Amino acid sequence: MNPSTNGTGRKTVGVLALQGDFREHREMLESMGHAVREIRKPGQLADIDALIVPGGESTTIARLIISNGFHGPIREFCASGKPVWGTCAGAILLAKQVDHLDRPGIEMMDISVHRNAFGRQVDSFEANLDVEGLDGGPFHALFIRAPRIDAVSFPAHAIAALEDGTIVAARQGNLLATSFHPELTGDTRLHELFLSIGRPPGVSAK
Amino acid sequence: MSQTGTWAVKVGLAQMLKGGVIMDVVTPEHAKIAEEAGACAVMALERVPSDIRKDGGVARMSDPEMIDGIINAVTIPVMAKARIGHFVEAEVLQALGIDYIDESEVLTPADEAHHIDKHTFKVPFVCGCRNLGEALRRIGEGAAMIRTKGEAGTGDIVEAVRHMRTVQDEIRRLQTLADDEIYTAAKELGAPLALVQQVKREGRLPVVNFAAGGVATPADAALMMRLGADGVFVGSGIFKSENPPLVAKAIVEATTHYQDADVIARVSRGLGKAMPGIAVSSLAEKELLATRGW
Repeated sequence: MNPSTNGTGRKTVGVLALQGDFREHREMLESMGHAVREIRKPGQLADIDALIVPGGESTTIARLIISNGFHGPIREFCASGKPVWGTCAGAILLAKQVDHLDRPGIEMMDISVHRNAFGRQVDSFEANLDVEGLDGGPFHALFIRAPRIDAVSFPAHAIAALEDGTIVAARQGNLLATSFHPELTGDTRLHELFLSIGRPPGVSAK
Repeated sequence: MSQTGTWAVKVGLAQMLKGGVIMDVVTPEHAKIAEEAGACAVMALERVPSDIRKDGGVARMSDPEMIDGIINAVTIPVMAKARIGHFVEAEVLQALGIDYIDESEVLTPADEAHHIDKHTFKVPFVCGCRNLGEALRRIGEGAAMIRTKGEAGTGDIVEAVRHMRTVQDEIRRLQTLADDEIYTAAKELGAPLALVQQVKREGRLPVVNFAAGGVATPADAALMMRLGADGVFVGSGIFKSENPPLVAKAIVEATTHYQDADVIARVSRGLGKAMPGIAVSSLAEKELLATRGW
């Protein structure tokens, strides 16, 4: 049974719940009317339409991905074509190249990511961004000890950058990476964009 | 245009630590062991609480050189403790590039009347509490994260449980009150009215709430998560145990899988001796750390 085929647009979204702000994603998705599963074991990936790898500490989540047997299963989930989105730590884990991460993450996107690229916590910041494919004006983004996307290679492409050109969001087919935290803002547009991945053109999110 | 040091980014870092374990460390080597085990942050301090308890004397902010060493040893966030009311220690920690300051009752208080005005800092603060009123007073002063005080350095979880349950009970009680009864509730809690109203409306604290003070085993960590903690601090429980790397890793797994007794059973096997504990009930009133601060 695929819950996404019931015609209502209501999806079952998994949020990787090993560490990090998975409840913030959960609450936002539930406010949008979707069903949410907290994923702590690889077998739970079978029942979901899309997966979010949340913000948190990338070294911690990378260790828990390995110790809980998630490495292969998440890669297979990414390859299945279902939408997968990494926010901040999640974006680090999705990247094929990362500086200073001593464990393999998920390594599925052709992006190169620099951890803690803006400095320490006192340098964490808020800024407005234009995101490709997003209507309704700039997106107010929170960057917390955030990573920077240094390079994007085909078939990945950048979809948002800061004023100085620093890339902070990228898309590669069904995969999405943002170095900021839409789950902390109350603005659901990026979550809607994410869940529209794979939907035929012209079919609205509602 | 971008803005740093905002309330949202201060609270936001605590949100990123959720579901994780923050470990007390006194050397760069400890910090590396903690990071390797999966800590989501480390707390740099001069002595772990059980040694502070044993050695006595005045416990202060750590040596900046040691803090630098820890910052350079790991890529995870580094927290450090300042004495209650000692805003200059806090300024020093901010200057060193610490990611979070714990204004902590574990150190000897520098001011018995006033806590630090935490709004004036760019770096966020975490503070301890025993109840809702104390939590909201600290948030009113600018704390962007709260933890239970528990009774640090004892390995006895009883006070952390008491403090977590008390906060949750008082939140539930607020939600049963009529709007016109909230003023008296704020007076009785000794907490800012606007924050009391917000807690009644939302049914939870406005910031992340971790458990701290007495966590010594994987089951202790899971217990605190089950009682509603967003994550846990472990102090003496790791580096005063027989096998710190193994205990650290087990507590990390138990915090993730806090609802899964099979996982907690598996990771609890063969950990060696836990830290030697002291029952809080055997301590004299003047030996308690949780009564520091107001």
